[in-house]
Amino acid sequence: MRNRPLFLKLLSAVIVFGAWEIAGRIPVSYAFPTFLESMSALVTLTLDGTIFTAYAETLKPLVVGLVISSVLGVGLGLWIGLSAKFDWLFSPIFVVMQSAPLAALIPLLVMAYGIGLTSKVFVVCIMAMPVIVLNTSGAVRNTPSSIKEMGRSFLGSDLDIVLKVIIPAASPIIFSGLRLGVSAGFIGAILAELKITPTGVGDIISYSRSIADYPSMYAAIFSIILLAVLFLNLLEKIEHLLFKGNYRGYVSD
Amino acid sequence: MATSQTKKTTGSRVEASVEIAVSARNISKNYGETEALKNLSLDFPRGQLTSLLGPSGCGKTTLLKIIGGLLSADSGEVEVGGQAVTGPGEDRAFVFQDFALLPWASVIRNVAFGLELRGVAKSERESIAEKYINDVGLAGFENSYPHELSGGMRQRVGLARALSVDAQVLLMDEPFSAVDEQTRRKFQEDLLSLVQNENKTFIFVTHSIEEAVYVSDQIAILLPRPSRVSEIIKPSGFRDKGPENIRRDPEYLDIVDKIWASLRSYVE
Amino acid sequence: MKVFGYQLPGMSSLILWGLLWEIVGRVGVTFFIPPLSEVFQTLFAIIGTPAFVKALSETAYAFSMGVFFAIVIGIPVGILMGKSRLLDELLLPWVNIFLSAPLTALVPVLMVLFGFGMKSIIITTSLFAIWIIILNSRAGVMQINRSLVDMANSFGASSWEAFTKIYFWAALPEILGGVRIGVIRAVKGVIIGQLLISIVGFGALFELYSANFMMTHFWAVLIVLFALAFTISEFLAYLESRVAYYAAKR
Ligand SMILES: Nc1ncnc2c1ncn2[C@@H]1O[C@H](COP(=O)(O)OP(=O)(O)O)[C@@H](O)[C@H]1O
Ligand SMILES: [Mg+2]
Repeated sequence: MRNRPLFLKLLSAVIVFGAWEIAGRIPVSYAFPTFLESMSALVTLTLDGTIFTAYAETLKPLVVGLVISSVLGVGLGLWIGLSAKFDWLFSPIFVVMQSAPLAALIPLLVMAYGIGLTSKVFVVCIMAMPVIVLNTSGAVRNTPSSIKEMGRSFLGSDLDIVLKVIIPAASPIIFSGLRLGVSAGFIGAILAELKITPTGVGDIISYSRSIADYPSMYAAIFSIILLAVLFLNLLEKIEHLLFKGNYRGYVSD
Repeated sequence: MATSQTKKTTGSRVEASVEIAVSARNISKNYGETEALKNLSLDFPRGQLTSLLGPSGCGKTTLLKIIGGLLSADSGEVEVGGQAVTGPGEDRAFVFQDFALLPWASVIRNVAFGLELRGVAKSERESIAEKYINDVGLAGFENSYPHELSGGMRQRVGLARALSVDAQVLLMDEPFSAVDEQTRRKFQEDLLSLVQNENKTFIFVTHSIEEAVYVSDQIAILLPRPSRVSEIIKPSGFRDKGPENIRRDPEYLDIVDKIWASLRSYVE
Repeated sequence: MKVFGYQLPGMSSLILWGLLWEIVGRVGVTFFIPPLSEVFQTLFAIIGTPAFVKALSETAYAFSMGVFFAIVIGIPVGILMGKSRLLDELLLPWVNIFLSAPLTALVPVLMVLFGFGMKSIIITTSLFAIWIIILNSRAGVMQINRSLVDMANSFGASSWEAFTKIYFWAALPEILGGVRIGVIRAVKGVIIGQLLISIVGFGALFELYSANFMMTHFWAVLIVLFALAFTISEFLAYLESRVAYYAAKR
């Protein structure tokens, strides 16, 4: 069957959402609305504009944090990858950060920077930066030595080699680091809204939970997951388009 | 062909009539504990192809990189055209074993990349690249990308890149070892006519005895640990007989046998 | 990096950073960074206290239960997906979605469904860990050498035997890789869960310390947590490298 993949995707969506609907109708819990109830709540939230104002709020720390992490992270990663000194100095910090549960820093950030935008931006940054830095520095370090030697043997200057050989060679992995960073940034942004102060989508979630308006709560959660997944898929599509020639598999987290 | 010496000679004697393009003098190189090269001296006559032949790990790549200026020797020196080598230079161009193509660049940009790094204007370098793409038989593939080419075609790109900077000396590190047997034979024939037509000096690393004897004017046999030149062989009798006859020439077969006899004790 | 010909060990720069921290703390740049030496004193003082031991054991319990369920469910599901095309096509989109989705958003749902306690934290931990385990197990099975399976069939292996004697072992390097990443995610998940459901484990401790501005206590707990997380991740990387030899030779 030609449309088998599409058909199975639809089938699997129908099964999952159907199961959700049935579980909601039984109901398995007083706090478990049906799929249709949640979707109609989502429509209501969308039509009265609540969701747009909420996202304007939520996306602020996310976007600011991601821009800072990307610029700083890629810059730092390039530097670490190119210089053995900076590698020795900075790599351990990011290696520890990568495995550490950095969310534990949130109470401290709140003490130091209050409950405003700054703290939230910080949360996004500490979640997103390590993977960006480590992917970038790893990619730079692992540039095949033969193409670096090729650049040198054809008389490229150090700057030429960085700009024309190392950075293009590293860019697929840098880009997938950015994508992983975005994914971690989403986790951070929502965590900040749930933990620090309820604003934006976090506010819809917290507020509707407190008044037991479960369909709206599920709708908000559904929307943020949908948004994150769609955005990350878009990034992945762009990645394939940009780097289809020199795609190299790379497992990282 | 310029290189018809009269007889096969062995030993490090060099005919006075031949100009030396590259000479390596007393080169030593250690990697930490590993003694890669020890006090190695070798001359490379201009306009000829010299092979460095030896078991893997005997320091062929190391010597080639020292000549190319990519590595510096611990002691000794290399002269190219009378000038001491201190780093990579315009007089030498590399062909790499793994092609070293930029995967994100089209064939024409890859071929022109050496010129690009030398600051040649785009239109000029592309017309030069175009010529060499034609010469190596890749016309029509200018806008393809390396992943769309076969191994043999990729190495043609690497070769065109090295030719397009018009260096006097071409350094080739096992250029045909990553391509299939049929393609390799075609390459070897093409290489013979290249040596004949371009007045360049070729330094050619290989671990294949047959390949070395087939393409070389001079074969330097390197033995490992620490690496030294054990023998220099100059096949000469079958050069003019045409590429298709070389492999059944008695001298060709004799030299292959002789080299194998002296190398076999070094194979584990 | 090399200094005077000596290769400095990998993580040795952390000592330098520790010194910097000590200096910043002593100079008194900010109240939030007390000298590292004081942090360590506090650390040794609180490490045996009942409050700390309770937090640590609760966290360890939630973490190990979460990882246990993620592994016990994740590996078989992944292997089945690798074997059955239909199952794979039905489940893969969801696995990919949850792999990259901001799972923190699901914690409030878990809280209303399973209460403000241990159960929700365990599920959060599992949710963080399970998807990558599934995905890697699947990838491990899918790369299995076809002739290995034919060999098993030709010797008349039952499908249960093929499962336990061929698929699991042939996919082991990938599975372990997935478990390692999953466990690192689980560490993050268990802490995120505790922060949001802050009456259990370190979540409660953090509340207590930050409400009373006990900076050295706070940092002491953080250092313990980070050190544990790092140790776990390095240990798993070591285990993985032990099986890497046969990953290369399949
Ligand atoms: N970067 C390096 N570091 C340490 N040892 C090296 C390095 N490069 C080569 N060697 C060692 O030097 C010897 C010669 O290597 P090489 O020149 O690559 O040999 P060949 O090209 O003849 O196979 C080998 O024993 C090899 O292991
Ligand atoms: Mg070599």
